[in-house]
Formats: sequence, structure tokens, C-alpha cells
Amino acid sequence: MSATFLGMPGNLSKNTDFPKNAAKAVQNSQLRFNLRKATHTIRGKRAAVVSELPDWQDLRAAGRAIKDHTLRHLDRYLLQLEEAVTARGGHVHWARDAAEANRIVTDLVKATGEREVVKVKSMATQEIGLNEHLAAHGITAYETDLAELIVQLGHDFPSHILVPAIHRNRAEIREIFLREMPGAPEGLTDEPRALAEAARLHLRERFLKAKVAVSGANFMIAETGTMVVLESEGNGRMCLSLPETLISVVGIEKLLPAWHDLEVFLQLLPRSSTGERMNPYTSMWTGSVEGQDFHLVLLDNGRTRVLADEVGRQALRCIRCSACLNVCPVYERAGGHAYGSVYPGPIGAILTPQLRGMGSELDASLPYASSLCGACYEVCPVAIDIPQVLVDLRAKAPHGLAERAGMRAAWWLFAREGRLAAAQRLAARLRRLIPRRLPGPLGAWTDTRDVPDIPRQSFRDWWKESGS
Amino acid sequence: MRVALFVTCVNDTLFPGTGRAVVSLLRRLGCEVDFPLAQTCCGQMHLNTGYREEAVRLARRFAGVFAGYDAVVAPSGSCAAMVREQYPRLIGRDFPAVHDLSEFLIDVLEVEDVGAYFPHRVTYHPTCHSLRGLHLGDRPTRLLRKVRGLELVPLPGAEECCGFGGTFAVKNPAVSAAMCADKVRNVLGTGAEVLCAADNSCLMHIGGTLRRQRTGVRVMHLAEILEATE
Ligand code: SF4
Repeated sequence: MSATFLGMPGNLSKNTDFPKNAAKAVQNSQLRFNLRKATHTIRGKRAAVVSELPDWQDLRAAGRAIKDHTLRHLDRYLLQLEEAVTARGGHVHWARDAAEANRIVTDLVKATGEREVVKVKSMATQEIGLNEHLAAHGITAYETDLAELIVQLGHDFPSHILVPAIHRNRAEIREIFLREMPGAPEGLTDEPRALAEAARLHLRERFLKAKVAVSGANFMIAETGTMVVLESEGNGRMCLSLPETLISVVGIEKLLPAWHDLEVFLQLLPRSSTGERMNPYTSMWTGSVEGQDFHLVLLDNGRTRVLADEVGRQALRCIRCSACLNVCPVYERAGGHAYGSVYPGPIGAILTPQLRGMGSELDASLPYASSLCGACYEVCPVAIDIPQVLVDLRAKAPHGLAERAGMRAAWWLFAREGRLAAAQRLAARLRRLIPRRLPGPLGAWTDTRDVPDIPRQSFRDWWKESGS
Repeated sequence: MRVALFVTCVNDTLFPGTGRAVVSLLRRLGCEVDFPLAQTCCGQMHLNTGYREEAVRLARRFAGVFAGYDAVVAPSGSCAAMVREQYPRLIGRDFPAVHDLSEFLIDVLEVEDVGAYFPHRVTYHPTCHSLRGLHLGDRPTRLLRKVRGLELVPLPGAEECCGFGGTFAVKNPAVSAAMCADKVRNVLGTGAEVLCAADNSCLMHIGGTLRRQRTGVRVMHLAEILEATE
């Protein structure tokens, strides 16, 4: 699916991979400072509110169980959802892939005769590159989430699921506003309040004019046909309620069987994502509400393929809270753009290669974008064992010739203790000849680290001589 | 008690001193230690790099070599976690119980004071697999606190990964080095003479950086500190 990372910044061409992108990013000290500060702040807030709940591990287990149950019976629940939404006057559309979803949404907007839509922050529409597709058909999409607005005005790409402009600091945001935002106040400072106020004035006009809105959803309730959107700013609610037509593009895995399942997820999500006990705005609607026409576009785009994979399917439990990004030491240094997908960080490293396949160099390098430290698994509110999925994907990823040869050789040595012992003795004899800088791929080790001294005698030889 | 030492391929080849320290420490505590010579590697490098088939064969080999022992002790949180966490998925449940050294001392032998003496300022880095894989918790630091003469100083950001990650260190060298730079900065900030951990592979990475930067801080495996006496 090449259309999924449209508008890719120039430094992320197709012929690159995660290590190269990350190597560039770590040299950007401003970026590293911004990321470190932001992730450590959210990380700390999350840890504090999670530790308040003595039953957090039970909630986590419940979240996992509900999602697993839903995924196992996804066919049944999706049909139930369609029935419930339709019964309440909504329209349900099924989209196999990004192209189909884009076409459906574009046709729906065209049918209204409008040339502008307002958008509620949504990962699914980012995933399919909806804004770019609409633009190609003469329709302008305005992002209304503050961070998405910053990204959009900066002709930039999101680098975090929850905080898409996490790579920008307020001085940069001020510059973007002054340069790109029509009617930005002249004396605009980089005070957070001033920036938010400028954005508010800019957006209010859009809300009042907009006739069509496009959103995603955090949850869909099969039993009642209800859509649920959680947000912090209230802009989403304006978009959801004011326009005459509302189109929601939602991945098929966002489903929950029953209304009471929200009890679990409305606790898990805010605490994990923003580190709040409760999110400021929760909007729910069912079908077409008075004066508004509602369309639901159910998006597959590779999800049923993921569902078929016994190990990988747990990635579909994800509720996009970004807790895994905020604790990931690799994300913190590499930044979100290095992952070349709207899903960065640990979840991106397991989701993108599954949704897009591992045909490109970039996608094949993603399962290796982790030291397997396990911090992501520990915080994930639906207990996705990200390291396990990474290791499983690595077994399926294409391997280079040199690496394969090296790994075969290592295996050959380990297959018989005599071979290992002989290799150890050879290394001991050559110990003085080991260069300070190693050749080939191992040079990556000695660029920043010394090699350990090779001992005169291996442990096993010592044991044979004097241990036993 | 008769225990088998699984020294791990890294220690066997590069850090035999750690293996010798485990033997001497366990004997001092009254254990009979055996070293099955047919052992090689647990298969972690192959599994984590995407060579599952090779890993399965090494896991089978491991299960055969250590079959019949009451307990297997490994001076590596990472390799112990590999066996305990990953083997069930690779070869089923038919393999002996493997303990990391500090688990064996505290849970099986039930000792905290192993009679060691080490008059130095030490900071402890809990490696990821010993922390989040094995859940060693405060076992290693409980042991260190009982060492006479040892001053244990807390390591800021201790729970953050050092950036080793096996082949990650060479596949993603820039990020790995950036992670290590932060770890090293935190180590230096403690003013410790010695950085201690339960995994020599992580120590090889952090220690290699400390040495390249000529910091003068030494790295030592937990076993070597616990083995030291007056
Ligand atoms: S994988 Fe887990 S922690 Fe990461 S975004 Fe999804 S739900 Fe949150």
C-alpha cells in the first residue's frame, strides 16, 4: 500500500530504512530535546494516574479479554453494528482498502456539493491519506485538532499518535502560524495560551461555515450502533455536532460488543494516553441525529489479514493510546518520522509491516527498530506483547545474504561444543591481533565502543583444567 | 544441592571470570556445581534476529544437555529469561527450571548475605530482561546491600534500556549509541567506581563505551562482586 504515507517529508524517500532515518534524526539535537521533554512529561503523568488504581492489572486483563472476544467474533459484531446504525437512520459503507474508502468519502462529499470539510483528529483517515485524495478532487480538508492543525499548516507529517506535532516546540509553532495561518495576530508570542487563542479564532470560523465533517472513532458499540470519540479540546465535538453531514471512517477493529464494555475502556484510555483520570470531552452519537446525515465507512485496509495471523493479531487490540511511544527509548531518540508511517513507535513497528507487508526496505526494517527492552508491553493497556510480535515478524522478514551467512556460521559453531571450543582457542591465540576498529558490519560496534579483551582461556577450558 | 551451571556462550567465550566467580561463590555456599560440557548457547541471538529454526534446534539441544538437573543457574538475566519465557513457545514445556544467579541465591538458597567484601562505590543497572522479563525486582540490590564495605548509589533512569539489544547494537548503531550515551551520563553522575549488572552483554556495550571515553569507571558482573572476599 504505497498510498498510505502520502505527503511524506522530503527526507523520507522510498529508498531508505529505519536505521538510516533514525541516524539522521539522532543528530538533530533540537528534536531530541523536544521529544525527550514531551515523552518524559506524559510518561510521568501516566505512571502517576495508573498507580492510583489498585485494580489496573485487572482492568488491563479485562481490556485484553474484551478485545480478543470481539476480534474472534468480528464478523457477527460487525453485522450487528451495521444493523443498529441503519436502524437509527445512519448509512454504512464497507471499504476493503484505502482506495475504496477514499472514493466513498470523496463521492459522499461531492454529493453534498461542498468543497470544504472540517476534520476531527483521526488515525484512520491519516492511514488512507484522505486529505490528499480529497485535495486531488478539489476538496479542502481542514484539520481542527490543534496539533494536527500545526502539522497541516507546516506542510509536515505527524510524528506521534496522540500529539502529532510533538517534534515541534512553541517557537517553531509560532513561526508556522505567522507564516501560514490567515489572520494570525501580528504580535503573536510563543506563549501556549496565545498560540491556542490564535488557533481558536482561526478554527471557529471554519466550524461555523462547515457543512460537512469527517471523523474517526475511538470505539463503536455493536449492540447500539453508537460511535464514541474521546478528545481534549472540544473542537471535535463542534465538528461532530454542527455540520449537516458527518462521515466517520473507522477501522473494523474499533468495535466493542456492548455499551457496558466502555466502563473498562473509558478508564484505560485516558489514563494511558494523556495521563488524565478522565478525558475532558467524550462525544457519543447513534445513527443520524436530528438535522444531520450520518455515514459510517468501515475500513479493512489489511486488517483481516492481520486477524488471520495467530501471533500478529493481538496488534488489533490497540486503542491508539500512545503509551508505548511515550516509554520507548528508541522512539525517544529516533522520532516518529523515522518509522515512515502514521503509526510510529512500538505499535507502528508491529502494525505497519503487517498492514503494508514487508516489501519495501523501510517496512522490512521496522521489526528491528527495537532493542526488545519490553517497556512497551509493560504499559500497554490491552497487554499487546509487542516484543513477541516483533520477534515473530523478524522471522518472516527478508534477511540479507551476509547476515544469513553469519548466523548460519554461528549456529554451526553452537551445534557442537567441540567446534565452539576450537573457535574459542583460535580467538585466544589471535587475541593480540583483534583491531581496535572491527571491519564490515561489526564496525558499527567499534564506532562508539571498545571491544572487550579476549581472554587467554575460555570458561570451558578453565573448567576442564582446574574447575571440576 | 547439586546444581548445573549454564554459563552462557558470551560468558564462556568473553567473560570466563564471571563463570569462575559463580562456581566459587556457590561452592562457598555449600553447593555442588556441575558444568555440563556439551552446553553451548540458548539460542537467543538467533531467535531475536529472526532465525527461529536455528533457535529451536539450539533450544532442543539445551533441554537435552540440562535434563535431569534439580536446578540450572545462569549468570545472565537475559538468557534465563530466554529459556523461561521463550522456550515454551519454541519447544513446549519439557526443559529444566533455570534461575538467574540472584533468584537462585535469594529464592532457592534463601541467603542475602553471601559473606562478600567489596570496599567500593557501586551503582547497579537492572538490565531490561532481568527487570521486565524475569521480574528480579530488588533481589540483586538486596544482595549488594549485604556486601561489607560496599556503598550502593542509586542510578538515575536505571530502568531505561542501555541500547544493547543484541544485534540491535549493530543494526541500529545510531540509536543504540544515543541510548548508551544517556546511560553513561547517568552512570558518571553517580560518581561510582564500578557499574554492576546481571548481564555481561549489556555491560560489554556500556563498558565498551565507558572505556572508549576513558572514564575510568569499571564494569563488573554481580557474581564477581558477590564472590569477592577480604
Ligand atoms: S500498542 Fe498498546 S500502548 Fe501502544 S498505542 Fe496501542 S494500546 Fe496504546
